[in-house]
Amino acid sequence: MTITDIQNQIKATSARMVVENSIKLARENEQYHAILNLTEERALKLADEVDAGKITGKLAGVPFLVKDNFLAFGAPTTAASKMLEKFDAPLQATAVEKLEAEGAICIGKTNLDAFAHGGSTENSAYGPTKNAYDQARVSGGSSGGSAVFTALNVVPFALGSDTGGSIRQPASFNGVVGIKPTYGMVSRYGVIAMASSTDTIGAFATNVSDVETVMDIMSGLDPRDMTTMPDFFQIKTDAKSGQKIGLIKDFMTDDVDSDVCAKVNEYVEKLRAAGHIVEEVSLPMAEYALAIYYIIVPAEISSNLARFDGIRCGHRAEGVKTLAELYGRTRDEGFVTENKRRIMIGSYVLSSGFFDAYYLQAQKARTLLINEFNKLFASYDLLIGPVAPTTAFKLGENTSDPVKMYLEDIMTVPASLAGLPAISIPAGFSQTGLPIGVQFIGPRQSDADLLALARSMETK
Amino acid sequence: MTQISRDDVLHLAQLSSLELNETEIDGLQTDIGNILGYVEQLSKLDTSGVEPTYQVTGLNNVWREDTVINYGVTREELLARAPESDQNQVKVPKVL
Repeated sequence: MTITDIQNQIKATSARMVVENSIKLARENEQYHAILNLTEERALKLADEVDAGKITGKLAGVPFLVKDNFLAFGAPTTAASKMLEKFDAPLQATAVEKLEAEGAICIGKTNLDAFAHGGSTENSAYGPTKNAYDQARVSGGSSGGSAVFTALNVVPFALGSDTGGSIRQPASFNGVVGIKPTYGMVSRYGVIAMASSTDTIGAFATNVSDVETVMDIMSGLDPRDMTTMPDFFQIKTDAKSGQKIGLIKDFMTDDVDSDVCAKVNEYVEKLRAAGHIVEEVSLPMAEYALAIYYIIVPAEISSNLARFDGIRCGHRAEGVKTLAELYGRTRDEGFVTENKRRIMIGSYVLSSGFFDAYYLQAQKARTLLINEFNKLFASYDLLIGPVAPTTAFKLGENTSDPVKMYLEDIMTVPASLAGLPAISIPAGFSQTGLPIGVQFIGPRQSDADLLALARSMETK
Repeated sequence: MTQISRDDVLHLAQLSSLELNETEIDGLQTDIGNILGYVEQLSKLDTSGVEPTYQVTGLNNVWREDTVINYGVTREELLARAPESDQNQVKVPKVL
């Protein structure tokens, strides 16, 4: 289902009927557990205002879903945690505000790994989201709920956040388009911070053009997020012909599912048939990217999550006598185990005596990774490879071993550490019928070029 | 492989303001040991003379006027979200 389909339905019926239908679909698909709370009352009120001509814009009346780590009105913002179970946002994220200013209507908040820590949505304090193609399998994550309900056509698009693959991997697992833009392209204001040096805001849709529409609306400078850049995103009518593309061979090893490699290779052949040049390239630092990521990101998490202390908002432990006890018990009750694991790893790598060996070494290694990317982009327009080493795995399969779970991120974290735009594009299905995505990674600010190329390949 | 003792786990919990429940401590000890064991591979890399990367915006010194930005949120609205408040202030248990 595309945005255009929905706009035609609105013209033929009304915004109210379209929004009601989306909400009905969300309820009928409850078994996927993709939504934590609907924003029904507010959504219907806004739909009536669209029908009355009081709200207009490029997306007037078009329903969408928002990952529940974005502050939004109409339902609590929980971050899928007990810490914020009843948190009523006093303001909305800039991304949500911009979409609303164009008349789009948020109908609910989607499930995620608590505080976006995870790659399967199994770390949600409210239970996992199930895969759109096989309910015994994970949705991927952390933006699992948004990916699944986009795939199931409940809404034409949904928002997610991507810190190390949280949009791209669930997009791949559920057969939809997902984008992690250039760091700084979309304001994070009003989105609960995870790792500030790699957090980005992006979107899911069933086709490239809809992702372009949404990113075009969300991108641009926001004085409330000092890392944002003046708007550079401009939708390209056509993809550049004869592009030079590097296939990252470090991501095409025997450790990767053969079905995944086969689909990426098929896509490469289609690119060649379309007149592009694809050559194997090497990114040796990719081997270290995951280790870099799991030092820097927990460090930033331990800092960002320090604000959840039971004092100013959210959960506060009952029956405590001292302030120290209040902090400790509140945080024990409000966080899931994965949150605690990451906070404690962060405390470890930042503590005196370990700082140089872990954190500083990781930030230096990050420079080496960025240098390798820069070298490749001197000769190639973009890089291509798988999104993840596997298709959607079974629920519970990786939960007992965090390192095994982290290895799922091995192909998505390099672009995150370097602040590069990367997209996940459906590339077909495994022999057992599970979706497989292909990943494009481009130089900074090449978002529109990556999307234009992906769009040009959709019919091929 | 990094050895993380039970005492290390409790120390990290204290640094992190986490009062762990007993059932989680053993699991965290194993997991944190394994994760640190994995990330330790970075020590093999020669990074001498390499500058660290702290941010990837390509921006520096983003200045703004020293004026109050209206965030559209009132003190009352924020106080209403505190678990406990009294006389326009957030209330906490005794510190000393």
